[in-house]
Amino acid sequence: MKINTLGYCIKQGIKNIQRNLLFSLASVGTMVACLFLFGIFYSIILNLDHEVDDIQKTLTISVFFDEGIGEEQIAQIGNEIKKLENIDAYKFISADVAWKGYVDDVYNGDEEYVKSVFGEDNPLENSSSYEVTLKDVSRQEISVKQLEDIQGVRKVNSSDGTAKSLSAIITLLGYVSAGIIAILLLVSMFLISNTITIGISVRKEEIAIMKLIGAKDIFVRAPFLVEGVLIGLIGSIIPLVIMYFVYTAMTSYLTEHFSLIANMIQFISVKQVFIGLAPISILMGIGVGFFGSLLTTRKHLKV
Amino acid sequence: MVTLDHVTMQYPTGTKALDNVSFNIKKGEFVFIVGSSGSGKTTLIKLLLKEIAPTSGEITVADKVYSKLKRKEIPMLRRKIGVVFQNFRLLKDRTVFENVAFAQQVIERPITEIRREVPATLTMVGLADKYKQFPKELSGGEQQRVALARAIVNRPDIILADEPTGNLDPKNSMEIMTLLEEINKRGTTVVVVTHNKEVVNLMQKRVVTLKKGKIISDEEKGGYRDED
Repeated sequence: MKINTLGYCIKQGIKNIQRNLLFSLASVGTMVACLFLFGIFYSIILNLDHEVDDIQKTLTISVFFDEGIGEEQIAQIGNEIKKLENIDAYKFISADVAWKGYVDDVYNGDEEYVKSVFGEDNPLENSSSYEVTLKDVSRQEISVKQLEDIQGVRKVNSSDGTAKSLSAIITLLGYVSAGIIAILLLVSMFLISNTITIGISVRKEEIAIMKLIGAKDIFVRAPFLVEGVLIGLIGSIIPLVIMYFVYTAMTSYLTEHFSLIANMIQFISVKQVFIGLAPISILMGIGVGFFGSLLTTRKHLKV
Repeated sequence: MVTLDHVTMQYPTGTKALDNVSFNIKKGEFVFIVGSSGSGKTTLIKLLLKEIAPTSGEITVADKVYSKLKRKEIPMLRRKIGVVFQNFRLLKDRTVFENVAFAQQVIERPITEIRREVPATLTMVGLADKYKQFPKELSGGEQQRVALARAIVNRPDIILADEPTGNLDPKNSMEIMTLLEEINKRGTTVVVVTHNKEVVNLMQKRVVTLKKGKIISDEEKGGYRDED
């Protein structure tokens, strides 16, 4: 397609929107609602996911050995652990280190007091262990089972289920939002298709003449494709702008006014959210606009 | 230039609009195709523009064999045929200039060519001073001249005029015919489908008469033949 033809098609596409302003606005409005909702879900999920990542980094599983086990066997168990797929890292904690950690945690490191009670004994003598961190906490149960199955392992202690249930919530939220957004995108596509259909019927005579003069199919269709893409583009940029201000305002409001939330969650910066959100939203908008009008022009503009 | 070889067109309803029609129009000819309503004139135009395909037989226009044309080749074929309609079919929201320029825009002519060709064509049809006006501000005869300008601006091989004088008074009818004759003299083949007896008799050109889908006469320098 030549440059001035492209210019002509874009001009006609804009004219189509102007002629059909009310329907175009309805299409843009639905798209805005849809992609704004997408933006909200996206940023919530992204923040929760970030939180889970943080928790996962601190979450460890302790693997204890059978009593009286030798160093060689412990090394063997270490090798077995290494082979498992969901293992991020593992570290050997000797009984002495474990006892020191316990003293630090429980007795605030008051070694003199501890000595007076336990003498030189190490009550955790049989508690040397491997401290294991997982790649994916949602599969913790499977990993625990696998660790328990290793020969020479007496007990596996896994920490609380916070991360796990958080992961489950994220997954559920993901499904629910995907469902709602899919429905809204379909509604948007339907509205854009309707808008284009009206545009085509208004310009029926013009299209008929164009074809008789010898316009190529693409030339007849292009203005309507431009119309669809423009509606999609406008419909994706507006919610992004709104989302930018809403996100900034909301996160700073929550951090300032709810210290509990501020302590629990470290919000992702608006920039980080938009690195993913902006291209995805714009692509969705343009995609829905383009395919909505493509399907319609295919249906109505046969030679 | 135009060849119909045993063309039959039967619609799904069973109506046979054309029945084994064959004729040949040479390059540079001026031909009237006449007949009353129901004679098959409209079907013939639709076939020539490849809006429909014949049930049997072969059509060739400007060396394009219709049965062998692919869908995407149809626009190129239509660029060789300039069409004029009874009801002008001008775009009401565009000026005279824009209506004629439209024909060049849709086949993607460069803007410099449009700026050169459109005024020249409007001068030829005698509307150079009315280029800013809208169709509703023009008389029927003027509107048909705009339509004619639109049909010839891309320099087609053939002009196909469907009842071009159907909505015009005798004076305007003759003006349009004179213009068509002028275009013909420049080498363009002209095919006029009409039932305007006066015009046909006055022009003394080749006349092909259709009746109930069949050719009943084909005369050089003929007149309008009453079929009944």
